[in-house]
Amino acid sequence: MAFDIGLAILVLGVAVWTIAGRDAFAAVVGFVAYGLLLALVWVRLAAPDVALTEAALGSGLTGGLLLAASTRLRRPETTAPGEESAAPLRFAAAIVCALVTAGLVAIVLLLPEPPPTLAPQAAANMAATGLGNPVTAVLMAYRAIDTLLETVVLLLALLGVWSLAPDRFWGGLPGQRHHADPEGVLTFAAQLLVPVGVLVGIHIFWVGSIAPGGEFQGATILAAMWILAAMAGLVDAPAVSRRWLRSMLVAGPVVFLAIGLIGFAIAGAFLAYPDSLAKLLIVLIEVPVTLSIAATLALLVAGPPARMPQQ
Amino acid sequence: MSGSTAYGLCSAALVGLGLFGLIVHPEPLRKTLAFNVIGGGVFLLFGVVARRGAAAGFGGDPVPQALVITGLVVAFAATALTVGLLLRLFQEAGRANLRSDE
Amino acid sequence: MPNSATAGGFLLVLAIVLPVTGVLLSLVLGGRHAERVVLILMPAGLAVALAIAIEVWRSHNVLQYFVGNWDPPLGVAFRADGLSAAMLVATALLVCGIGLFARGQFTSPGQAERRAPLVFWTLLPAVWGALNAVFIGGDLFNLYVALELLTFAAVPLVSLDGRAETIAAALRYLLFALFGSILYLLAAVLFYGAYGTLDIVLLSGRIRAEPVAWAAISLMTAGLLAKAALYPFHLWLPPAHAGAPAPASAILSGLVVKAPFFLVIRLWFDIMPRMPEPAAAQVLGILGGAAILFGSIVALRQARLKLLIAYSTVAQIGYLFLMLPLALTPEIGHPWSTFAWTGGILQAISHAFAKAAMFMAAGLIAEGIGHDRITDLAGIGRALPMTVFAFALGGVSLMGLPPSGGFIAKAMLLTAAVAEGQWWWAVIVLIGGLLAGGYVFLVLARALADPIEPLRLLTTIPPSRQAVVLVLALCAVVLGIVPLRPSELLQIGRPDIAVAGFR
Repeated sequence: MAFDIGLAILVLGVAVWTIAGRDAFAAVVGFVAYGLLLALVWVRLAAPDVALTEAALGSGLTGGLLLAASTRLRRPETTAPGEESAAPLRFAAAIVCALVTAGLVAIVLLLPEPPPTLAPQAAANMAATGLGNPVTAVLMAYRAIDTLLETVVLLLALLGVWSLAPDRFWGGLPGQRHHADPEGVLTFAAQLLVPVGVLVGIHIFWVGSIAPGGEFQGATILAAMWILAAMAGLVDAPAVSRRWLRSMLVAGPVVFLAIGLIGFAIAGAFLAYPDSLAKLLIVLIEVPVTLSIAATLALLVAGPPARMPQQ
Repeated sequence: MSGSTAYGLCSAALVGLGLFGLIVHPEPLRKTLAFNVIGGGVFLLFGVVARRGAAAGFGGDPVPQALVITGLVVAFAATALTVGLLLRLFQEAGRANLRSDE
Repeated sequence: MPNSATAGGFLLVLAIVLPVTGVLLSLVLGGRHAERVVLILMPAGLAVALAIAIEVWRSHNVLQYFVGNWDPPLGVAFRADGLSAAMLVATALLVCGIGLFARGQFTSPGQAERRAPLVFWTLLPAVWGALNAVFIGGDLFNLYVALELLTFAAVPLVSLDGRAETIAAALRYLLFALFGSILYLLAAVLFYGAYGTLDIVLLSGRIRAEPVAWAAISLMTAGLLAKAALYPFHLWLPPAHAGAPAPASAILSGLVVKAPFFLVIRLWFDIMPRMPEPAAAQVLGILGGAAILFGSIVALRQARLKLLIAYSTVAQIGYLFLMLPLALTPEIGHPWSTFAWTGGILQAISHAFAKAAMFMAAGLIAEGIGHDRITDLAGIGRALPMTVFAFALGGVSLMGLPPSGGFIAKAMLLTAAVAEGQWWWAVIVLIGGLLAGGYVFLVLARALADPIEPLRLLTTIPPSRQAVVLVLALCAVVLGIVPLRPSELLQIGRPDIAVAGFR
């Protein structure tokens, strides 16, 4: 209990560091710490699936993205003192935000008792899905349409990032080629960690049907391992117009859609599963979706095409 | 005060704090950080609601937890697109702010 | 309201699945195939939209579908009432028109894939699918995902030409949209925390007039206003819509900016019908009035045609929000409120066609003379007569002159305002019409003037592209044939009318 209060205060403190930090780089570092502490909070709130996602995606990949951006944007002109908001604006903003916080505090304390919940309904229907993890049941069965649309959202974000490439680089390779010393520490660490990480990622995805984990967490770890390997120069990015890459990216949503449409025929509704085949169908969807999401996340971090393939 | 109430109050403060950062910082990169701080607060509130809904042998209501996972993925996609636009703007115009318009 | 899936509900699934399939196929086939995929998709999607509308009309009831056969609150429902059906058909028609128009602009000569065409032909079905998802979504979180889909499909269209100004405009658009999303999400968690469901129909049954509900409604409305660019959240719209390529501006101003307004309607009319709050509705109306006045006045001062049209969008969005104080009258089922309801929706649809035509006309003009400065438009009336005529027809709808959908819409809003005693809105509608006349005539006067030296076009503009623009403008005019009384189609599924027994 006291631990929770202390953790909450720590989270607030790190958030203050992130918002009030002078330097963008320091703020991003604070943000990574913020994400990791939040993951701890999720564990305290009995949500291990979310803790995994927050740590890997919210803190890890997002932090990496923002760190890379802050180093590339680091120029004296970007934070000229004249651009900082004037004191009256800051004061007014502080008042408004304090009011917002106060309002939310009141709302939180006014939330109804007993709290409404869908946990009993979720539990009652889980037998039909054959799953042991209720969060996976929500994501892949009860609200599968949200997950399906979300994979498309990810793809569109990737297309949006790709669309920012100059015309001459279209179809090329994203990011810069990294060359690391083959004898150096980074290469050694990558050669050691990447295979282990890939196995961990696959395991976390696979075990998600009965224990905390699942496709998003596993995919994030796989993406992170690819990024590590690329930074160490062990692999290079693929060209964005390669057919196999495009196929890998759309395979997840396509299979999701296909099995959803099959649900019309065999279970009477879009994205419905017949009881006996439910778990099998869900796993059949999850495998390509994990691959697609891993590829999409990795490419989102890699950025738009920036060089043409060497002939 | 239970643990989840502490986190509930914390989430309210995070939303207010992030909102302050959003208003006060002119650079889009700091605004993106502020968005992510607010997002963390909103998701945390989902978590508090989930924890309050613990029943049927689960530690928390799985529906809000699943919504948070979806939200986290969408938030990452948004950050990636924002960063992409920002870096490209910096490449094209040499600035990382939006002030030269209007 | 039925409480299980209705016959024909699977059409709702198709309305989303078809465009999404188009997106995936375009992306993986790439190159020139992307355009062909969309050209095949267009008639199919139009057929589905028409089928949904016919089914809603035939059954005089809401079409409902529970995805995966899971009942709400655990599962997600799709619902199409008369309003949804009208928006689905309008979207399908507009996307078909835009697709045909864009064929001349986003071509892929040769075998190599080019960036702009691939991005456009993949994002156009994405916008379509996202809009459909917004119009039939019955669950607030599903609608959140649909809104994000819409944002990510729309933002890269703004920066498609890669110039620094459009990238900055896209970034500003994205930041405003994300601000709206986070407020929306905060509202959603409050709704769930208080009532245990995010399904619109269930929520409307459980909601009560208490602080949590008011906080959630205010937050969600504020977030949606930012996305809809209602004054004072309008700053992002003019540079974004003016900087996008013409076919993209058409869909952005025509429909993308109306989707959040659609959700405001769902929130205020479907979730809250038992807790009418006239004072809050007046606030929205005041913001709408401010948008009309501000947008129109600033439009008059623009030097560039596309910016003028974009500021006109800011103004016309204001008319939509006038619908709220007029249709949410304290006495539920007041006959004049249905006038306002029909008028507001008709305004949304006729503006979509008119504005799309105007943006595409501006695009053709810019292609023809290489710029869009209003002062140097002299002679374009002779060079591109069909295009300028289409622009004029669109302007007629914007001004609210007969015959046009805009006239019927504004006449209905005027009637409702006067009949309910809220005459101040009538004054604003009239002033807005005059100002719109001002900026439309500004452009037409220059376009029809004789140039100092004969105007020569930089490229030939094929008549087929001009014809598409004209057809879309004519759609806005044809809507003027709608009789001046509440539409029966749009009444299907309105809960408050049902409550009062006005069937």
